[in-house]
Order: sequence, then C-alpha cells, then structure tokens
Amino acid sequence: MPLTGLPLAVFVFTTTPARKKVSLCARACNSPHIHRHCTASTAAIFAMAPTKEELERRRIVGVEEERVSNVTSTDFPGHYPGEDHTWNLEEFRKKLKIQIHKANDLDYEFDLIGVDASIANAFRRILISEVPTLAIETVFVHNNTSIVQDEVLAQRLGLVPLRGDKKGFQHLRWLKKNPDEPAVEATDFNTIVMGLKVACTRNHATPATETDPEKLYFNSSVYARDIKFQPQGRQSDWFSGAGEIRPVNPDILLAKMRPGQEIDIEMHCVLGIGQDHAKFSPVATASYRLLPSIKIKQPITGEDAEKFINCFPKGVAEIQTDKKTGQKKAVIVNPRKDTVSREVLRHEELKGKVELGRIRDHFIFSIESTGMYHSDELFLQAVQILKKKCVDFHEKLLES
Amino acid sequence: MPDHETLPDAPEYDAENPGAEVEYDDDDEPLDLSTDNNAKIIMLGSATDDDSCASFQFENEDHTLGNALRWIIMKNPQVEFCGYSIPHPSEPKMNMRIQTYGEITAKDALIQGLADLRDLCDVVTDKFVAEKERFSVGKQKS
Repeated sequence: MPLTGLPLAVFVFTTTPARKKVSLCARACNSPHIHRHCTASTAAIFAMAPTKEELERRRIVGVEEERVSNVTSTDFPGHYPGEDHTWNLEEFRKKLKIQIHKANDLDYEFDLIGVDASIANAFRRILISEVPTLAIETVFVHNNTSIVQDEVLAQRLGLVPLRGDKKGFQHLRWLKKNPDEPAVEATDFNTIVMGLKVACTRNHATPATETDPEKLYFNSSVYARDIKFQPQGRQSDWFSGAGEIRPVNPDILLAKMRPGQEIDIEMHCVLGIGQDHAKFSPVATASYRLLPSIKIKQPITGEDAEKFINCFPKGVAEIQTDKKTGQKKAVIVNPRKDTVSREVLRHEELKGKVELGRIRDHFIFSIESTGMYHSDELFLQAVQILKKKCVDFHEKLLES
Repeated sequence: MPDHETLPDAPEYDAENPGAEVEYDDDDEPLDLSTDNNAKIIMLGSATDDDSCASFQFENEDHTLGNALRWIIMKNPQVEFCGYSIPHPSEPKMNMRIQTYGEITAKDALIQGLADLRDLCDVVTDKFVAEKERFSVGKQKS
C-alpha cells in the first residue's frame, strides 16, 4: 500500500474530550468510576460540566432509518461522573414549563416541558383509568319489546357519557369500589336513578304515500335525550336546573322501534373508574407525543431542497433564498407539525444531511374529555390523584 | 378509595314521604372523597439486616405509581438501585426493590421518594394553573 503523503500513524482519540482521566475510586474498590458514596475529595476532580453538544445529545431521542436510539433517560446521580442529578425541587420548578396551545372545554392541548416520561405517563394513565366519573351501572328492564336485546341495550346505555352539576358530584360516594367489598345499600349519596320510558306509536296524520319512519311513527328512534333524571332524596338540591344529570350528547341513538314496541327501563348510575370499565373513563383520548426535532447537518440546496420539503407535511420545512448569494436553501420552520415519517431518510441524495429525532422531555399533551368535566379540570384532577397516592403511602409508611 | 366504616352513615331515604326533611350529620358540607386512606403496603422478607436493602409490595398499584416512584427514588444519590415489577398481570400488586449505599434505610428512601413526588405534583399544579390564567388573559386581549 503506498503511503505517499500520509502520516505513518493516525491517532484517533475516541474518548469524550470533556472528561479527564482520573485515578481509581477513593474507596479503592478498583473501579475506574467515582462512586457517589466515595464523596467529596475525589468528586472535585470530576466536577466538570458537560459540553453543550453533550447536553444536546442527551436531550434528543434519535429516530433513524431502522431504529430509535438514545431511548433511556440518564439523568440520575452516578450515571455521569462528577455531575449532580439529585432531585431538586427548586431546579424542577425553574425547568418545568407548561404552554397551552388549544383550550377548548372538551379538547385541550398543551406542552409539558421538563419532566421525565415516567411522570408524564403517570398523568396520562391516571386520566384514562383513575379519574372517577358517573356512568349507568345497573339496568332494570321492566319492559323491552324492541328488537334490541336487554343485555345489548344495557351495554349501550352504560357507555352513554353523563354530566351534571360538578359541585353536586362532590356529595357522591362510591357505592362499591371493588367487587370483593360487601354490598352497600343504595342511597341518594351513592346512586343516581334515571328512567327511560318510550313507546312507539303510529302517526295517523301522515299521508298513505309517506315512507319515512321518522314521520310515519312517533318515537321510532330512541335517543339519549329520552333518558330522564329521577332525583332521590337530596339529589334535587345538588343537581337542579342546568345542573341536572343528563347525557352529555342528547343525540346518541339507543334503539329503533316500530308501533307497538316499548322500552321501560330504570337505570342506576354510580361513580366508578376506567380501570373497572371503560364507560367510567372521563376521556375519549388522553395522549402525548414528543416534539419532533429535525436537524439539517449540511446545507440542502437547489433541487434537493425541493425534494427535502416534500418529505414533510405542509408547514414543517420551507425554501428560503439567501439574500447575498441568491441560492435556494431548505430550512425547518415548524417541527411541531411533523409526523416523523422518516420519509426524508429514504432519499440517497439527502443521506447524512439530516438528523431526525424527538425531544426527550417535551411532551405535547392532548386531552379530549367525554364531557363530564372540562379537559383542564381533568388534568388537575389527575395530578391530585397521583399526589393522593403519594400522601397515602407516605402516611402509611410513617405509621408502620 | 372508600372505607365505609369510617364514613358517616347516609340518612335513610323515606320512600313513602320523599319530601320529608331529614337530618343530615354532615352540616351540608360536601363530602370529601380524599379523606379515606386505603393504601396498603408491606415490606417483603428480602431485606438485609441493616435494612439498607428491601423490597416493598404495594397493593392496588401499577405502572402509574411504580414507574414514577422508581424514577424519583433513582434521583436520590444515596440509592444504589431501585426497580419495580408487577409479578403477575392478574394480581393488582406492584413490587419495588430499593438498595441504598448504606447511609439511609430503604424505607427512608421510599418515604423520601413519596414526599418528593408529592412536591412535584404541587409544582405541576401551580404551573398549570398559572399558565391557564396567563392563557385566558391573553385570549381576552387578542
């Protein structure tokens, strides 16, 4: 092999330049790492802040052609020598950012920045399965001559989202939280009674040529609005006027009938959680995604730029003309709109020019409520439920 | 979670006389579901003599508390190891193993973790409420 013009040996330093080589652990445990318990004197040697590039690397979960990289959180004490990742409430308060993007009653979107996935995921899981709501639990069928079978109708009724005075709900208690508990008597404190009584009859006023069943018959369709609240005891005080308990959406079709058919049903509604049955879940969806990050490593110009922006949904990337040179160049304008489809990684001419990823601690949270509570109230409730779990176990541990 | 023994008895509903005034012992105060504490936790028999390492079993808990608590306990520099598992999917139990370097007991680490997580929740609530305020003011102006 000719060696003309090349140095005889090329030394490549693969170690991270930010770290210094240090002596062994002070407690002589023969480890090249300094352990957290082998405190002060040696830790000082390592007290070096990570470089900007290193911090940026840790912040991004890489999305590559065939794999995702850098998935696990590493912000723990002892993971990086000399760095302090101890839990610090004030630090957390400074770092945590919440930005609301969409604030409709039932549809909320906000950014939760500066928390770990385990925390964000706890909130999401609680929203779906642990925030209590009211739903129809027991159905007493006095008469049902419609073609919808009793059990099918009962199942449909259970899934109808209900709403009512939010303050009123504070008076309610669990009838029974888990099936092992002994049955408790139903009272106005734990059971809401609803009635559904509809009979289908012929409308004699229609001409003989009429074919629309909605006109031919009365009550040919039974809707959620036909479910009527029957207040028991003090419930008429708690849920009165606009705060009356009723289906969130009055137009849910429950059954169809023909003349002579009848539905007469009494329903008992109780508080429950999504863990027990999905009908108790207060959200249609509660989900998050991480904010996409798209980095252009080398300038993408000319025809490639056109190709590049077409790899992303509208509004993510754009072609800008350099004022001095007049050259056309692709730039990222709004990574939030990206779906991280990885289309850009499939093109040979763009290879190595772009790096896709997601920002590890930037959660785009979206909560869609089913209507009993507003989405923002639900999030606050979820946080409170996680807090209550902590407080309860904390108390129990201090007792024991 | 409810504990029916600790809650005041609901007054009986008089079906024959539905409009009758009944005396309520709660002074018209809304009942607070959060007062009852049914949390159950036991220490499993795998602890070391000095209690620096121990396993705990949480009842009726899952990944929701498990993972969040694991994360915050791992943030404690005195803790060498913390992990959780759900031994069987059809049993509502969550096991958590904590090993410390020996300066504190595993139980202390757990108590500290629960307190830290509680504080975290307060900060999230504060920030969310403040942002809601800011957002609604901004909306009114525009």
